Amino acid sequence: MLELKTYRTQVHNDWCPGCGDFGIVNAIQMTLLEMQLEPHRVAIFSGIGCSGKTPHFVNAYGFHTLHGRVLPIATGARLSNPGLTVVAVGGDGDGLGIGAGHFVNTGRRNLDFTYVLYDNGVYGLTKGQASPTLPKGVKTKSMPAPAIIERVNPIAMAVASGYTFVARSYALDVRHLKQTLRAAIEHRGSAFVDVLQTCPTYNDINTKEWYGGEDLPVKAPRLYKLEGSGYNGVVADPSTDEVNTKKGNALVKSFEWGDKIPIGVFFKMEVPTFEDQLALRMPALKEKPFVEQDIYNRDITPLLDELT
Amino acid sequence: MIGGPQGSGINSVAENFAKACIRGGLHIFANIEYHSNIKGEHSFYRLRVESKAPRSHVDWVDLLVALDRETIFGDMNKPHPTHRGHRHEVSPGGGIIYDRSLNLTPDSFGRDDIKLFPIPYMDLLVEALKEFGKDKELSKYQVMVNTIALGASLGLSDYDFDLATEAIREGFTGRKAALGDLNVSAAKRGYDYAKKSFGEDAFQIKLRKQPLSGKRMMIRGVQAVAIAKLKAGCGFQTYYPITPATDESEYLESHQKDYNMIVVQAEDEISAINMATGAAHAGLRSSTSTSGPGFSLMAEGLGWAGITEAPGPVVVLYQRAGPATGLPTRTEQADLRFALHAAHGEFPRMIIAPGDVVETYYDTFDAFNYAEHYQVPVILLTDKFLASTYQDIPLFNSDNLKVDRGDIVRESDLATSTDYRRYRLTELGISPRAIPGQKGGIFWTTGDEHDEYGHITEASDIRIKMMRKRMRKIELAGQVIPDSKKATLHGPKSAPVTLVGWGSSKGAILDGMEDLKADGIETNFLQVRYVNPFPDNFVQQALSQARRKIAIENNYSAQMAGLIREKTGIAMDNTIVKFDGRPFSQNEIYEGVKDIIKNGIKEVTVSHA
Repeated sequence: MLELKTYRTQVHNDWCPGCGDFGIVNAIQMTLLEMQLEPHRVAIFSGIGCSGKTPHFVNAYGFHTLHGRVLPIATGARLSNPGLTVVAVGGDGDGLGIGAGHFVNTGRRNLDFTYVLYDNGVYGLTKGQASPTLPKGVKTKSMPAPAIIERVNPIAMAVASGYTFVARSYALDVRHLKQTLRAAIEHRGSAFVDVLQTCPTYNDINTKEWYGGEDLPVKAPRLYKLEGSGYNGVVADPSTDEVNTKKGNALVKSFEWGDKIPIGVFFKMEVPTFEDQLALRMPALKEKPFVEQDIYNRDITPLLDELT
Repeated sequence: MIGGPQGSGINSVAENFAKACIRGGLHIFANIEYHSNIKGEHSFYRLRVESKAPRSHVDWVDLLVALDRETIFGDMNKPHPTHRGHRHEVSPGGGIIYDRSLNLTPDSFGRDDIKLFPIPYMDLLVEALKEFGKDKELSKYQVMVNTIALGASLGLSDYDFDLATEAIREGFTGRKAALGDLNVSAAKRGYDYAKKSFGEDAFQIKLRKQPLSGKRMMIRGVQAVAIAKLKAGCGFQTYYPITPATDESEYLESHQKDYNMIVVQAEDEISAINMATGAAHAGLRSSTSTSGPGFSLMAEGLGWAGITEAPGPVVVLYQRAGPATGLPTRTEQADLRFALHAAHGEFPRMIIAPGDVVETYYDTFDAFNYAEHYQVPVILLTDKFLASTYQDIPLFNSDNLKVDRGDIVRESDLATSTDYRRYRLTELGISPRAIPGQKGGIFWTTGDEHDEYGHITEASDIRIKMMRKRMRKIELAGQVIPDSKKATLHGPKSAPVTLVGWGSSKGAILDGMEDLKADGIETNFLQVRYVNPFPDNFVQQALSQARRKIAIENNYSAQMAGLIREKTGIAMDNTIVKFDGRPFSQNEIYEGVKDIIKNGIKEVTVSHA
């Protein structure tokens, strides 16, 4: 029987006490359990940094890759072995700094997989430098001076790049996160989840208290849920102009930041995946993945004859 | 040789001529030189035809087919001239076919020892178009003057036109069949015009059919690599567009439907290698192909494949002249040291450098077996020259090729054990691997140093064990793989002069040796084929008996000579290097060795371009 401990490993966890990463890894394990996915059918991929250690704490096939390269490696594995449920994770520096090119081009492919961004505004493992999502003018604890360049907007980038499921959640709201991760994994296509996350050691600006809105004149949580707010990012008919309208809405919504920050699904659309497109070219892919087919006894004679 | 502006279709003409020769029992060697440009810059195709199979080109031209003026005279009138044209390369008694409407006077060629064959390209083309009622569309078919020129060259050499007809028609099948007839007609007009206007004896070199020596194919390096990949069961190929590697991926993509191979155009070479490594870990044989600039980006990914003991990928590195963009469409052998050391840290990798199109096929096939058996990245080190050069060879015999997927754990075995360790420390260094999706085979893998389960560790004792485990694999490969695959000593066991080379210069060296022999200079040739694991003992033995050792390399610093010295302590006596971006010709080998022996030059640089 599958239980929560099925998805846990005995590996010593060396994240800082109070790290937002704990919330994310717990939510991943709970989601896998809820979906009743057997561990050997799941592969978790990560980049480098604190978030990179995630696969070691999850009992599933685990790939701890290179800084910024998690998406290409996950793509190769997913395409060759599409029986696997693929979840890639990484920090915002990993995904939107060094790996930004891969982030954009992976979205274009609409591979059936999920990418979870641990978004905390700092490079934790290298001791707190500004990362791509840190707003201009902000100085966190260990920075010598405030950031002098603009931040990148992960949601807007994801929508513009072609991810067909784009959502945001919060590491300390495990229930919402679990719900969002499940929707992302169940989505057929490239799903992107921007997880706002605290770094108690280096980000002394966007803290748990800050997200809780404790600094506001009228104390109220900064985060509010798109579901129930009247916003609907789901495209009902991808063959119509609705696609552009909904993308536009998502872009506008993604720039809401400050006293009110939306979480939930910004954009969702079901269109053929990369795997579907490959199967159109190679019908054999519809039967079973090449990893389960005998492709080791090919007859090359026609190719040689063609050259005579 | 046929030369003209890029986009003028010299490739198809040269290849049709070559095909016609092969069908008539003759043998060919055909290589192209072109600019990094889409249309307009000068390019030329060199086609060597012999009764006995040539393995290289020569630097003289018996018959030059010029599609434009620049092919003859160069671009010396331009502010930054790049070449002098090919008129000076024509051998005494040789000839030049050119467009009569250029109105060139015989003395403008500056030579009185060559034959001139002006042909009214355009008039003949118009006649052919009229026959098919297409003379109003002249501009659309203008490129077909190349076919007129092809016909004229066949006519002058008095070759069997029917064989050319067959070759031309094959290029136009289905709906394009009518175009085939038009092209045949154009070629025939060039053929007849040349015969009629200049007479039977105008050109001395005649091509005569000879009995066919079995079925032969006309194949170039990229095709040999691609077909070997299909034969080996490669299921996943990635690439980022780059000269000269892309042709291989396009070939694979065009056949993917029949052979079930996923081909992905990645956003860059970083992605290309990492996707391929991800695919290898996930259970498919995978590969990527690139040239120097792309391989530079792959260094990081190569290291990850190394430390995670991925069963691949096979990386095909088509060397071209660097550094940076260098000479992007020209050849070089200057990435030997780079392939050996790319990526930081130390990890096992295999590097194989085939010497010709036949070796390319078998070495590529083996590369996939090694990648999975030893769980290492394998680099196939070749170059632009071998990639794009056509030869005619018998069909590959694949009877002895066996796929070896290495030690893969079975699900039934995993069911009885709860302690699967992907990086189990074994005597040989190879750990049985699971394929993701297998029940009981869950593993972790990381670019950090790791324990047997694949979890991060910084423990010094485990680090030492894991480093030794990984490096043992390359030692093992060195012991298991026979020397006969790793290196070859061509010619007599002992000779006054030993030539040492690797990769695509093999053909020029072998042909050059015959010229040297005819001149009384006996040589043998040590060809190093495996860069890693290196055939230390074989090379040591071959060279310890050698009297004068000459390294011949298509680079500036004689990189293989340095590697041999590092591995065996044996230094070369002389070097012949070429680093102008062009491949060695047969005569350059002869001339280089003569320079050393007769003129006492220690280090020779050759360039005929």
